[in-house]
Amino acid sequence: MRILLAALLGLTTAAHAQDPADWDAVLQEAEGQTVYWHAWGGSTTTNAFIAWIAERAAETHGVTLEHVKLADTADAISRVLSERAAGHHTGGAVDLIWINGANFAAMKEQDLLFGPFAEDLPNWALVDVDGKTVTTDFTVPTDGYESPWAMAQVVFIHDTADLPEALPDMDALLAWAEAHPGRFTFPQPPDFLGSTFLKQALLDLTEDPGPLYAPIDETGYAAVTAPLWDFMDRLTPVLWRQGRAYPQTGPRQLQLIADGEIDLAISFSPGEASAAIANFELPETVRTFVLERGTIGNASFVAIPYNATAKEGAMVIANLLLSPEAQAQAQDPAVLGYGTVLDMAKLRPADRARFEALELGIATLSPEELGPALPEPHPSWMTRIEGDWIQRYGVSD
Amino acid sequence: MTAGLRFLPSVTVLVLAGPVFAGLAGTLVPALSEGGAAFRDLAAWPGLGAAVRLSLVTGIVATALSLLIATALTAGWWGTRAFRMVERLLSPLLSVPHAAAAFGLAFLIAPSGWIARVLSPWATGWERPPDLLIVQDPAGWSLIAGLVAKETPFLLLMTLAALPQAAPGQSLKVAESLGYGRVAGWLKVVFPRVYAQIRLPVYVVLAYSMSVVDVALILGPSTPPTLSVQITRWMSDPDLSLRLQAAAAALLQLGLVVLALGAWRLAEIGVARAGRAWVWSGQRCLAERSVRSAALVAGIALAAIVVVGLLGLAVWSVAGFWSFPAAWPDALTGRTWSRHADDIHAALADTVVIACLATGLALSLVIGCLEAEHRHGLRLRRGGVVILSLPLLVPQTVFLPGLASLLIWFGWSPGICAVVLAHLVFVLPYVFLSLGDPWRAWDTRFATAAAALGAGPVRVLFFVRLPMLIRPVLTAAAVGIAVSVGQYLPTLLVGGGRVATLTTEAVALGAGGDRRAIGAWGLVQTAAALLPFAVALVVPAILARRRRGLQGG
Repeated sequence: MRILLAALLGLTTAAHAQDPADWDAVLQEAEGQTVYWHAWGGSTTTNAFIAWIAERAAETHGVTLEHVKLADTADAISRVLSERAAGHHTGGAVDLIWINGANFAAMKEQDLLFGPFAEDLPNWALVDVDGKTVTTDFTVPTDGYESPWAMAQVVFIHDTADLPEALPDMDALLAWAEAHPGRFTFPQPPDFLGSTFLKQALLDLTEDPGPLYAPIDETGYAAVTAPLWDFMDRLTPVLWRQGRAYPQTGPRQLQLIADGEIDLAISFSPGEASAAIANFELPETVRTFVLERGTIGNASFVAIPYNATAKEGAMVIANLLLSPEAQAQAQDPAVLGYGTVLDMAKLRPADRARFEALELGIATLSPEELGPALPEPHPSWMTRIEGDWIQRYGVSD
Repeated sequence: MTAGLRFLPSVTVLVLAGPVFAGLAGTLVPALSEGGAAFRDLAAWPGLGAAVRLSLVTGIVATALSLLIATALTAGWWGTRAFRMVERLLSPLLSVPHAAAAFGLAFLIAPSGWIARVLSPWATGWERPPDLLIVQDPAGWSLIAGLVAKETPFLLLMTLAALPQAAPGQSLKVAESLGYGRVAGWLKVVFPRVYAQIRLPVYVVLAYSMSVVDVALILGPSTPPTLSVQITRWMSDPDLSLRLQAAAAALLQLGLVVLALGAWRLAEIGVARAGRAWVWSGQRCLAERSVRSAALVAGIALAAIVVVGLLGLAVWSVAGFWSFPAAWPDALTGRTWSRHADDIHAALADTVVIACLATGLALSLVIGCLEAEHRHGLRLRRGGVVILSLPLLVPQTVFLPGLASLLIWFGWSPGICAVVLAHLVFVLPYVFLSLGDPWRAWDTRFATAAAALGAGPVRVLFFVRLPMLIRPVLTAAAVGIAVSVGQYLPTLLVGGGRVATLTTEAVALGAGGDRRAIGAWGLVQTAAALLPFAVALVVPAILARRRRGLQGG
């Protein structure tokens, strides 16, 4: 009986999470809350940015933000899953997750997310809804269950001391790699960036990207991916270490450029190279390029688990991340170099000036040079291609 | 107090065995659910054969090499000045956390690593690092090297602890007077007695080497990785079905460890039989000189790997841009330290609190058990010793995920308390191993004398025994703190990610690969483990300054 009562009480508390439309009530409820933000902790610059957000949150809203540094975003999802399996529908350990793509699709499908809340955030009015892919995530509609905070687009980082010219497409990349064996690699799938390289290669090699934007059709799968596996069969033996070992993450890959082991790497952040040069993590000879047919772009989001303890505080953080001040801070190449999700036309002149004052950074392409981003394929492709890559190349020895 | 003392051994057993068995149950249930489908999925994973082979081979080879080097060093050099130097280096080497040592080694031996940088281009002709697979090699040699560098000091320490009971001095003299060389004599008359005592630590090393996660992540291959690394990967996948597969793989891991321990036991019997034949053969000489010099070279190389590796971490933590083939960074900067100072402060505070609480609890339980043994004759029997080492023999990947799920199931909120208890499971055995012998070796006539002067047992404990045993007690505390500081999986899984210690932060940053950050965190982590050893060395010396009888005790 007591358990039942507790469960009922628990449910009522859950139902009582403040309605984001009544923002003043949210602010009131959020004050004094502690928000545990589970986000990848492998990047010094990102960690520093989150620490800056934490300072702002404490100053302006009385919200304490704790960054739970994950080695893998999936750890947070595992946590929420086990809590639900154990029947803990309130008081969860995770308040906010840095998420996107397959993880978001999985959580949304399993009803593990709180919301919709994103489009009720006061700063949502400033978001560039038409120009940037902020309402779909890997073709899955966000429906207000996650709030964007940064734009990312694939660029290739090259050391001009060894590879002076930009490579126009994947065929050129293969030709260069064959002429310079051992000087290119990518993070090992299922690392997010490594899987992105596979998708980027497929998008660039395929004649008709149409099927990639719908769930996988088993009958057509082999034909659609055949160019990718032909390409990988030729590329793998000329990779760094002949494809018998891979860097485990993106930053590790940059370290290899700095060590002089490789000359070319993939990145999901146009400003990362400039920031890394400033931090002594890359040589000054490094520049970036995009492929002629364009490169994949997507947004980074934050989402709130359905059983989060501090939902109001989490929404305050999501809103704070969308503030012009925070967005300009994130775009500063000396800090993060992430693209903003805001629409410059919707900003007040003073806020717009913050962005105009930013230097792009020595290795960062201008928005015109970056060109339009290609949308992400449907998440079923990422999961499947990742799995097939592991079967073919990931357990080779 | 006296009444409660009788229950302490049972409480200790519960603290150790409870979490292990509960965790095993938490792993067993998902693995066996759905009619064993998890095992079919596991069998279908194409990397299984290679991962299993890798875990077995690296674990067994690393253990055999560590034992060989530790034994050859003692056999060849015991009682010499060189050996006393080795002894002094031991505790610092032991306290270096595994992950920090592994990072240091990785930077040393990589084709673009420090050794190659120092030699290039003048000696090697390399303007660019060669494309050689050294770190993360598929056969696992760099992983084995990292394990041997850390496990040899441990086995050496265990050997040293076992020596007083093996009383090598006299036997060696007899052997030498019969014309046996130093090494041959040692192996024939002393080693069998020593090995009987260090058997359990050897098993612990074998189980640990086969299932280690952090070192294998850094130095081990990745196509495929070792089984334990793959288990942690599946465990953290958003796809729930993979967690069943991970549970099945964890059981396989446990089976592998049991198998390897069994094989090791059989090998022991075989070696013993061959050894007996060798003893009877009366052969008096080994290649004495080459064995001795090989052992010394190996010992020095292992110590150098750890020390120079740490030095590499230190240089990276203050490095500006530093590329191949420069032997030294272009510029030095304090930026990495100032950047991470706040985080390091916070994590250091949590680390210290957890380590002190876990060690304090462990010391209380261990001293309580030893007192119960002293006063009521409740001596740990063989079963007790096995239970004591249970958390060290059962791989962490096998029972910790199950334990974490159980804790969530029972609604335990993750936090420092849960983490302290989880650490206690691993700290307690080491504290027991380290304090047990000196405690029992204490001359009980002091207690009799004190009692004759009217002191009760409590007073004897606090005013006679503990002050006299301050050095081993502090050493045991230092061992406990070092063990707690190094814990990764228990902190991560039981803490629900909310408890950030130096080790969890260092491994998370290590995942990113920012060498400067790894350098700074690895150094602080090492310092946190090393400082207590220094205290354990200095404080008793100060206390003993005006008490001649305690000096050197």
